[in-house]
Amino acid sequence: MVDYSELTCHELKEMIDKREVSSEEIVNSVFERIHKFESKIHAYISLFRDSALEEAIIIDERIRRGETVGKLSGIPIAVKDIISTKDKVTTCGSKILENYIPPFDATVIERIKKEGAIIIGKTNMDEFAMGSSTENSAFGYSRNPWSLEHVTGGSSGGSAAALAADETILALGSDTGGSIRCPASFCSIVGLKPTYGLVSRYGLVAYANSLEQIGPMAKDVTDCALLLSIINGNDYRDSTSAPFPNKNYMNALVDDVRGLTLGVPREFFGEGTDSAVEKLVWNAIHKFEDLGAHYDEISMPHIVYSIPTYYLIAMCEASSNLARFDGIRYGFRAEKDDADWNEVFSLTRQKGFGPEVKRRIILGTFALSAGYYDKYYLKALQIRTLIKNDFEKALSKYSALIAPTMPTPPFKIGEKIEDPLSMYMIDIDTVPINLAGVPSISVPCGFVNNLPVGMQIIGRFFDEETIIRLAYSYEQNTPFHRKKPNL
Amino acid sequence: MARNSTISKEQVEHVAWLARIELTEEEKQAFTKQLNEVLDYFKKINEIDTSNIEPTYHVLNLVNVLREDKVEPSLPKEDALRNASQKEDSFIKAPKII
Repeated sequence: MVDYSELTCHELKEMIDKREVSSEEIVNSVFERIHKFESKIHAYISLFRDSALEEAIIIDERIRRGETVGKLSGIPIAVKDIISTKDKVTTCGSKILENYIPPFDATVIERIKKEGAIIIGKTNMDEFAMGSSTENSAFGYSRNPWSLEHVTGGSSGGSAAALAADETILALGSDTGGSIRCPASFCSIVGLKPTYGLVSRYGLVAYANSLEQIGPMAKDVTDCALLLSIINGNDYRDSTSAPFPNKNYMNALVDDVRGLTLGVPREFFGEGTDSAVEKLVWNAIHKFEDLGAHYDEISMPHIVYSIPTYYLIAMCEASSNLARFDGIRYGFRAEKDDADWNEVFSLTRQKGFGPEVKRRIILGTFALSAGYYDKYYLKALQIRTLIKNDFEKALSKYSALIAPTMPTPPFKIGEKIEDPLSMYMIDIDTVPINLAGVPSISVPCGFVNNLPVGMQIIGRFFDEETIIRLAYSYEQNTPFHRKKPNL
Repeated sequence: MARNSTISKEQVEHVAWLARIELTEEEKQAFTKQLNEVLDYFKKINEIDTSNIEPTYHVLNLVNVLREDKVEPSLPKEDALRNASQKEDSFIKAPKII
């Protein structure tokens, strides 16, 4: 008896095309799985079983009639709750938007709907994407399917957990400082942060708008490439979106890395990197060598300044982007008799925001304030230039760079939440990529005591083809993507 | 508690006011401590000489991205008002300003 929820999108699409399975059966299979495991995992904030089944039945009817259907037709997809979905509650993991219903779809949602994808629910996340463990969700943390006492990573933790537990077939996440790649690494799935500007941010609730991108999360590289192919391309409604039309990445799924050159920056293996993680990533580098690629150890000297640079820029942008949450036009509004604008405004945000969000807004406001702007914000922007230059220099010589995604395997729930700085430090290998704007994919590369470890393949601007090719070749020659957690 | 801290409790209170976030007494104390720890670590950025380095505000070289000035339908009124918790006719009700 085939459990359809355990399969990938490309496997299911083939079966749908051959009429071996209906979308209704797939959706039912996924919801049975959710019913069985969701109380343990808590990957979802909202679930849309009824509408999903209705859509599945409609698609099945269209297929029966011989109509041409989209590339994702009938396939369940989970969407991180920071992406606007029309008429469906979108909370951003926050009490301040607990009942917010967007009147529009994000561009990426329009695009996946056009291809027939069935949105089955909105996934759990750190509030306003601020966090690396999903423990900052106002609706409770998610648990790692590989070990329920460990974190999923964040901020797209719900999407990653849903994929790892087969509670969805595909997922969308967003990545500002590692929020797709971190949970991908911690949950042993594939996650890609596109080049800045490749995917429209229209409908993505902004946290740090010069750093973030929506990206695909999936059970394997093929599915990841498929989803990326559908969501990418210029959008006139996002003025930061790159002026390139939609591109298809399926031709990048080639098992051949001969002649490719890889840079291995030593700063990504610095202090704090777990030795078991380092070993697994080096095994992967040697596997690439066996497959015909060539590597060199290199240095990117400004990477060591990435954490303060990232956090200063992100917090400053956040303080501006989250100023809109005043409770007046949408969202939670605090009540207080005879209160004036400032009182209502301040009380709304006091009650509606969680502690990490408050910390970041306050720090960001401080760093932008008179007397501190040059010392913190402007300085960070200048270091950003140096970090970006390090990437451009390295990538002018090498096809791609290899690094760990996270310096450690997943940590335990509660371990870092009391110490904000210790939580920020785990982003050390992911934030440099957002500062530069280059693309990066995280793929599973092994386990430490049954806890997942991911490797990052970092590419040139708008050269997702090369990192997909490297990721695919690695995956085809290793067993990690086929391993499932023992739920 | 103010042993050489980068940000004082008074500064935290002032900045929280600028950001329009009311803080409880516990939050003021906890945040002052935590923000000092974070800012102390951030001092690392002073190690590096950035004189004559241009800031990067945006990683792509996009400038003045505009669209044609063509009138398109706006969000319908009912949709625009749907999420407001206090409204009257086609207005959103806001607290008094003065």
